Amino acid sequence: MIPELGHFSLILALVMAALLGGVPLYGSFHGQSRLVALAKPAALAMWAYTFTAYACLTYAFVTDDFSVRYVVETSSAQLPLFYKVTGVWGAHEGSLLLWVMALASWSVAVSVFGGGVPTQVLARVLSVMGLIGAGFLLFILLTSNPFERVPMQPEGRDLNPLLQDFGLAVHPPMLYMGYVGFSVAFAFAIAAMLGGRLDAAWVRWARPWTNVAWVFLTMGIAGGSWWAYYELGWGGWWFWDPVENASLMPWLLGTALLHSLAVSEKRGLFKAWTVLLAIGAFSFSLLGTFLVRSGVLTSVHAFASDPGRGVFILLFLATVVGSSLLLFGIRAPRLATTGSFSLLSRETGLFANNLILLVMAFAVLLGTLFPLLSDALALGKISVGPPYFNTVMTPLMAALAVAMGAGLALRWRQDQARRLARVLGLPLAVALLTAVLAPWAFGAGLPGLAVLGLAMAGWIAFGSIAWAVRLRKAPWRWSGANWGALLGHLGLAVTLTGVTLVSVYSQAADVRLEPGQSHTLAGYAFTLQGVEQTQGDNYQAYRGTMQVTRGQDRIAVLHPEKRVYNVESMPTTEAGIDPGLFRDLFVALGEPLGEQGGWSVRIQYKPFVRWLWLGGLLMALGGAAGALDKRYRRLRQTGDVVPPSAALAQGA
Amino acid sequence: MRYAVPLGIFVLLLGLLWAGLGMNPREIPSPLLGRPAPAFRLPALAGQGAQVAPADMLGKVWVLNVWASWCSACRSEHQVLVDLAKRSQVLLLGLNYKDQPADAGEWLAQFGNPYAAVALDADGRAGIDWGVYGVPESFVVDQRGVVRRKFTGPLTAETVSGELLPLLEKLRAEGG
Amino acid sequence: MRGNNWSRWLLLMCLWAGAGYGQTAIEVRQFSSPQQQALYEGLLTELRCLVCQNENLADSNAELAGDLRNEVYAMVTQQGLDEQAVKTFLVQRYGNFVLYRPPVQASTWLLWGGPFVMLLVGGVALWRVARQGRAVGPVEDDLSQRLAARRLLEDEE
Repeated sequence: MIPELGHFSLILALVMAALLGGVPLYGSFHGQSRLVALAKPAALAMWAYTFTAYACLTYAFVTDDFSVRYVVETSSAQLPLFYKVTGVWGAHEGSLLLWVMALASWSVAVSVFGGGVPTQVLARVLSVMGLIGAGFLLFILLTSNPFERVPMQPEGRDLNPLLQDFGLAVHPPMLYMGYVGFSVAFAFAIAAMLGGRLDAAWVRWARPWTNVAWVFLTMGIAGGSWWAYYELGWGGWWFWDPVENASLMPWLLGTALLHSLAVSEKRGLFKAWTVLLAIGAFSFSLLGTFLVRSGVLTSVHAFASDPGRGVFILLFLATVVGSSLLLFGIRAPRLATTGSFSLLSRETGLFANNLILLVMAFAVLLGTLFPLLSDALALGKISVGPPYFNTVMTPLMAALAVAMGAGLALRWRQDQARRLARVLGLPLAVALLTAVLAPWAFGAGLPGLAVLGLAMAGWIAFGSIAWAVRLRKAPWRWSGANWGALLGHLGLAVTLTGVTLVSVYSQAADVRLEPGQSHTLAGYAFTLQGVEQTQGDNYQAYRGTMQVTRGQDRIAVLHPEKRVYNVESMPTTEAGIDPGLFRDLFVALGEPLGEQGGWSVRIQYKPFVRWLWLGGLLMALGGAAGALDKRYRRLRQTGDVVPPSAALAQGA
Repeated sequence: MRYAVPLGIFVLLLGLLWAGLGMNPREIPSPLLGRPAPAFRLPALAGQGAQVAPADMLGKVWVLNVWASWCSACRSEHQVLVDLAKRSQVLLLGLNYKDQPADAGEWLAQFGNPYAAVALDADGRAGIDWGVYGVPESFVVDQRGVVRRKFTGPLTAETVSGELLPLLEKLRAEGG
Repeated sequence: MRGNNWSRWLLLMCLWAGAGYGQTAIEVRQFSSPQQQALYEGLLTELRCLVCQNENLADSNAELAGDLRNEVYAMVTQQGLDEQAVKTFLVQRYGNFVLYRPPVQASTWLLWGGPFVMLLVGGVALWRVARQGRAVGPVEDDLSQRLAARRLLEDEE
């Protein structure tokens, strides 16, 4: 019964979404306020039915209902309860439902916190979100119904062992909240274009929402990287896999959008450009969905794909993005840009920022789709992998860093070169000095990449700090926007530092160790004390014990594991990690070798690897601080027009 | 007009993605096509010191089928090959890839032997030279010893009658 | 549908050959010099596994990947081949698909040059827009504009 109830709720959710997508929109064009007023209750109803369906699916997981195909394929009776709950989004069907949950939640949030927005505009925004929701609900119902029944099975096939981890509880929800969050800015832009009023108002309304979505996406990506690092067992943290690229592209465009919104709000410039970015950020989220679920590209994370699904998403993508861009083509020419700026001004800096971020997104897109293009044009099957992306992104990142270091210090409209030199001379000198001196601490010469990376990070960090100092205010009097700018930029500097140092100075060794033998790497002695067999809830494992010492100091005892899960009988490696702010020690167990209880073991020393994700966290904090800026609350209280997503951010 | 540029770019992108839906990203074309068949000289499954080598096949049109007893996709293909061998005089050589000779012999005894001869590639070195990356695979070699066509994945009755047989016909007509 | 089933089979081989994505290939190897080791390890990260197609040869646990590692190891340590020679060996057998770094050639100019051409074009556009802005007139002459600008500054900082 419960699965049927879930299925029925899903149909009702589709009805509500269609209602939300059609009726208030129609009403808004024909001056029928009763129809317009339907928007909020319809949004709430869409959420309620989606949630009911979601709860029913969770119930089927928790109660091991192996008459539901999706439960059979993604769960098992042995699976610990926690993973039954998170396993709901462990495969295609359920993760799509999570996607719609996120969309419905954003819609409700907009209807609740969008108090200052005129009713008519709010109705159109919710309608656009309703239409998107309707498309996805239709997709689920037609091609990916999670409630489909099969003859009762005695046992499920289990959740993919790699997903049986805390990371699954955090990474997908964050990522989806981010992807889908960009639909709010998108919906505001569409509503503004429909109304023909592309003044600064929509920009103000959309800005805090964009910030919050960006925070989620940043955390989602950083969290995914961290998860891959400890779970996949070889210590990599970014693979340039198509699915990672699919999340990076909206992030890059979303970052460009954040900055472009600032210019449009403050100076009335780049208006058409900002609308285009709002469309672009969300379009790339949809494109990512297509790439992951259509089977067009091979990917580590690709969901079991099916051409029928691919066709549906492609048609949906064509409809949503195509009609938005068509609307843009019609409305945008009316947007006259007012105001002027000189070559040396913050406007130019932000323009450069947008340009470089866009080029980065383009490079990622090109690299991801080029194998497809090459194949389609019969130019041969080729692979585009990490070496390409690293080669192309490094100079682009350097260009971005140059702009970022100076960016905050630049003044609007016009700045003087002499003033800038005075403000930025010291930060530049300190950054260069650090970049040359710091590698000495690691010994082994002066690698070019280390100097370049540290110079970029230092320039961004010290340039931003110099700006903050010149605010001439105590930090507790800084506005949310001040904090946002500083933390956002510092965060990237911290991530860049991590990327640079871990790429240049990591050390690794694959060695054979017998119990009692040790190997020394980067000054740490790793001694294998033994490997024993243990048993987990739903797996068998070999569990190694490895003692790490440095000189006389005992640093850590690590327990790398090699697991075989009962149902899938798939072996996985669980690394033993000793985390630290300045270095991680990472041990993974290979195969048993020889008679004397020897094992092949991979030992890694990864300096500053934590800084990768620490920087992500700082960036996210910055985004949140920006969304919490007093301006947005003040405007709302005075009856002006901004939705404070403050409450939402606090809730998250 | 420049405001229509994004739409134009998007339409191009859609075209590419649409084309992508019809392609298989996992199938890799062989660089061997049009080049001489890689040489090997391997012991035959039949034993008694017999050997199999592509060089001995010059002047004939033949098919090299890469298979193994541990390969479940080969099972579905095998029946097609047995039928093929019965119906026409296709010269079929087997390359038994990374397998145990005993297992391979048992498999042929059980499901029928369509091969004129089977070469044992125990360590997979010949497989690497032929660019094998997922059994089963089949290569068509012409009378001059040039590789003309590669089929990745199991052959089906349709591919055999629709593609393989007409190709063999054509190659035989070409002459040396 | 033939291709599709076979793709699934290939994927299965990748998982079932003891690979999966959650497991690393850890092998103990001897080298005569650090340069040789760097060459070997560098090569493995630039070569794509043909079975587990989203892993490089270093990380993949597919059986073929193991065979190819042995092959590369032998070429580097016994035959003394350099990077290009090893890559050529593999390209002759598997095509450019094995190279994670696509070769720079006519068919990949768009790939390698595209982003930088775009940056250049955008940079020129930026320069022209900003220069036009200056031609509109010196903003400092207009007192009210200057005040407005100051307000903006205060708002921002």
